[in-house]
Formats: sequence, C-alpha cells, structure tokens
Amino acid sequence: MLEGINLSLVDWSRAQFALTAMYHWIFVPLTLGLAIIIAIMETLYVKTGNPEWKRITKFWMTLFGINFAVGIATGIILEFEFGTNWSNYSWFVGDIFGAPLAIEGILAFFMESTFIAIMFFGWNKVSKGFHLTATWLTAIGANLSALWILVANAWMQKPVGMVFNPDTARMEMTNFWDVLFSPMAVHKFLHTTSSSFVLAAIFVIGVSAWYILKGRHVVMARKSIVVAAIFGILASLYTVMTGDSSARDIAHYQPMKFASFEGLYNGSEGAGLVALGLISQNVADPTNENLKDFTVKIEIPNVLSYMAFLNWNAFVPGVNDLIKGNEKYGVMGAIDKITRGKLAIEKLKAYKNAKKAHQLALADSLKTEIMSPDFQKNYFKYFGYGYISDPHTLVPSIPLSFYSFHIMVVLGMYFIFFFLMALYYTLKGKIHKKRSFLRIAIFTIPLAYLASQAGWVLAEAGRQPWVIQDLMPTMAAVTKISTGAVQVTFWLFAIIFTTLLIAELKIMMRQIKIGPKSEGGTN
Amino acid sequence: MIKYLKKIYLFYLEGFTTMPRWGKQVWLVILIKLFVMFVILKIFFFPNFLNTNFKTDVDRSNHVLENLTDINK
Repeated sequence: MLEGINLSLVDWSRAQFALTAMYHWIFVPLTLGLAIIIAIMETLYVKTGNPEWKRITKFWMTLFGINFAVGIATGIILEFEFGTNWSNYSWFVGDIFGAPLAIEGILAFFMESTFIAIMFFGWNKVSKGFHLTATWLTAIGANLSALWILVANAWMQKPVGMVFNPDTARMEMTNFWDVLFSPMAVHKFLHTTSSSFVLAAIFVIGVSAWYILKGRHVVMARKSIVVAAIFGILASLYTVMTGDSSARDIAHYQPMKFASFEGLYNGSEGAGLVALGLISQNVADPTNENLKDFTVKIEIPNVLSYMAFLNWNAFVPGVNDLIKGNEKYGVMGAIDKITRGKLAIEKLKAYKNAKKAHQLALADSLKTEIMSPDFQKNYFKYFGYGYISDPHTLVPSIPLSFYSFHIMVVLGMYFIFFFLMALYYTLKGKIHKKRSFLRIAIFTIPLAYLASQAGWVLAEAGRQPWVIQDLMPTMAAVTKISTGAVQVTFWLFAIIFTTLLIAELKIMMRQIKIGPKSEGGTN
Repeated sequence: MIKYLKKIYLFYLEGFTTMPRWGKQVWLVILIKLFVMFVILKIFFFPNFLNTNFKTDVDRSNHVLENLTDINK
C-alpha cells in the first residue's frame, strides 16, 4: 500500500485537515470562554440587581451569539474528512471515537441548543434564577462538548483502554474510564479550556479598550475589564499549571515531541530549558540534517529535567538518544522499534493470509500469539514503526515545534502581565488615561488567537509522523484517492471558511460599533 | 401536556419573530453554511470512502487489513 501513496497526497490531506481544524479553532475558544464570562456577568446582575450588569451581559451575549452561530458545525467538516481522506484511520479508531463523539453530539444538541434559546429568548419571560441557570448550563455544556473531542484527540496522543481486533482491523475499547480519565485527556481538556478562557478575557478587554478610546460606553467597558481581567488572571495561572502537567505527559508518552519543541538534540542529566532561541540553517549534527544549530539561545540550567520529571537532575532523552538508543538510560533506539513493528505487521499479515486460505488451526495459533500480553507489550506496541523505513523521519519539524511552543509560552506570560496591568489601571481609575495601553489591548486580541493556534500546531505537527502515537503513521492513515480531488477541496474550504470569517467579523464589528442597548442604566 | 408544548412553541415563535437584525443575519449564515456542507460538500466532495466502495463491514475490514499489512519493506 505505502508504495502507492505519494507524499503529495499525504501532504495535501494534512494541509486540508490543518486548514479546517485551524479555522474551526478560530471560533471555538471564544465560545468556550465568553460563555463563562457572560455567566459571571449575569450572576453579578442577579446578585446586585443592578440593571447595568444586565445591559453588559446582553451586549457580550450578542457577540457570543454571533461567534457561536458562525462557528457552529464547522467541526463537522473534520468528520467528513475522516471518512473521505482518512478512511484507514477512521476505520482503525472507529470503535474508540464512536462513544465520545456520540456523547458530544447529544450534549451539544440538547444542552447547548435548549439553553441557548432560553439565554436569548428568555429575558423577562422566565425568572432571573432560571435564566441564570440556563446561561451557566450553556457555558458548562459548551465546555463539556469540547471535553469529548479532546478525549478523542488525547487518545491519539496516548492510546489507552483498548485492544486491537485482528479480525475487524479495529481498535476496540476495553475500558471507557481509562479513555476518559487518561492523564493526557484530563490535562489536555483543562489546558485547552483554560487557555480558551484567557483568549475570551483578552477579547473582552480589547473590545472594551476600543470603547474607552472612543469615549463611548465607558462604564460598561470598565466593568467588563474588571471582570475579564480577574477571570483572565485566574485562567492564566491555571493554564500555566495545566500546561506544566501537559508537558510532563509529553515527556513521558511522546519524548520525541518533547525533545523537538525544546530543540534538545543530545539528552543529558540536569537538562536546561531553552527560554528563548533562534534556530539557524546550519546543521548541528552531520548524521541528521533535521537538527539545526541555534544562532542564539538563552538556557536555564536543570529546568527542563524538572519540567519533565520533577527532578532537577533527571535524564531527559534528546532526539539522538531516541533515534540511536541509549542503553545507559534504558532508551530503546528507533531501529529496534522498527524491527518489532515490522514483526507485528508480518504476524498480522500471516494471520490474514491463513484465514483467507482457511488454515484455521494456523490462524487460531497466530491470533492467540498476537493477542498475548507479551506480544502486545513487546511488539504490537510498536506496530506503527513497521511502516517507517528511515529513522530520521521519526523527527517532527524542529523549528515548527520549537517556535510554536515558545510563542505559546512567551505570549502566555505576557498575558498574565497584561491582565494585571488592565486590572490595576482600571481599579485605580486611570485606564482612560493610558491610551497606549488601550491600543496595545486591542492588538493583544490577535496575539491571543496566535497563542491558541500555536498550541494546536505544537500538539499536532509536533507529534508527526504519528496520527496515532506509535501505532499508525500519517502516511498509513490516508485514503488512496487522487491528489487533485484533495487540492480542489482544500481551496474550496479556504474560500468557504474565509467567507464565514469575513461574515462573522462584519456582523460582529457592526454590533460593536452599535454598542449595548440602553436598559435603563446610564453611561 | 399539550398546554405545556404550546407554551414552548409560543416561546420559540416569539423569540424568532422578535429577533434583532443581527440574529436574522446569523441565521442566514447558518442556513447557507448547512446547505453548503450537507448538500454540496457531503454529497459531491466527501463521500465516505469505505461506505461507498464496500457493501459490508467484513469487506471494509478486509480492505483496511489489506492496506495495513501490505507494506513495502
């Protein structure tokens, strides 16, 4: 099969998936975070009875509604792509993904659709308490529906709770709770949602800053900044904590991704963290042209070891250790894994052929061997390595991983500082005088999206060549269809999503210019 | 029960009829998007490869198994 798959088909299929996923992710984080901020604002309205809070809530609810409506269902296109472009993969994982995605669909439909209607249509028609409950349930429902897709994604990064069925060629779930509560899934969910809260808080502050600069709706803007800044500080700190846990998961389960995003070529004890760095075009290691030298780097000693294993002197394997192996530290080399993977594939092939030839005794004995714990642990675990011919292709793009990780982290740190400044200036009553800061606040909105997208680039491009870690490389997942068809749909999506984005921005900008409606409060 | 359902119906009806301009615009975006996705993209550009080309799950399994085991060493 693999000789029939050309790289341009794989690359175009990947580009198409990346395009749809990244566009989809423009809409999602704002929905997740803004829903919570609105719920907090409405809680303040119900607690204080101040109509200004109602007006504020209704205004941000309008922007939430526009973003939610334009973004809704854009993720379904990813499911179309699974069936068309990634048929081997979708069949292979169908049993694992079926349950989480079905729960997501039911939750999204019933919780969000029902309570969103009450949120928008229910003002003055249902009691304040009931309306507030609907708003909170919308926010919780939106975040819970994100949980299931993130559980599915986490499973691809660290497959757990399943067994391979050689008769159906599918991974079958053996323990739903292992899949749901795998550390990778829990940390991914918490990190993704908390970072989305950060993005939404920046959005609220940025839009409020524009009002203050224009001298319009200043009271609403200041109140919004206080809520968003406090929420943003808490969410940012939580994002740091969950990011730290996620990094440890990666160090344990995806050591090549970990080494790549830190540009760690040769492992060491007490490894240093590259806080900032620039990668040059010069090759650092003549045996591997993927490893480029650093033009400049600022390294903090021992921190990487602590980040990975909570031990200042722990050994962190580098790219070369993972390729060549390191006996001293018990790191298995790529050649060994490739040999085991090929043996696993050969056994599966022998089983398939024995079944086809009706050699039932041989087929039974091969199936028993394949399903044995020893084979699963020592051979099937490396199944995907059997497709790899050059160990160097196990290294993802180091500049892409390195820069996406560092952009995300540096911006994350900047956001904490930004929230603190916004809160300080507002509480001191100086925010309207800090016009440079207000302008920076507006330009921080795209930076929040950049950080959010960078996180996903790291998660997805950083795990290449795997679509399912160690079990299925991307090239084995793709459907053998014409590259031209994928190119056509790539450009089709580019046009459709860009149109949607322009539509959202136009409708949203108009609503921002109109501003909140008068609700008996004063400005 | 019927009274309750009627109440819900009227709730939605009033909500949609008194919807502001931006609400109508986003509903238009939603409807166009769903039409493009499910009527154009799904039918003409994104047929499910395994469902279209194979009749039974056994055929699909065999095809994927063939793909997974036929590697160029």
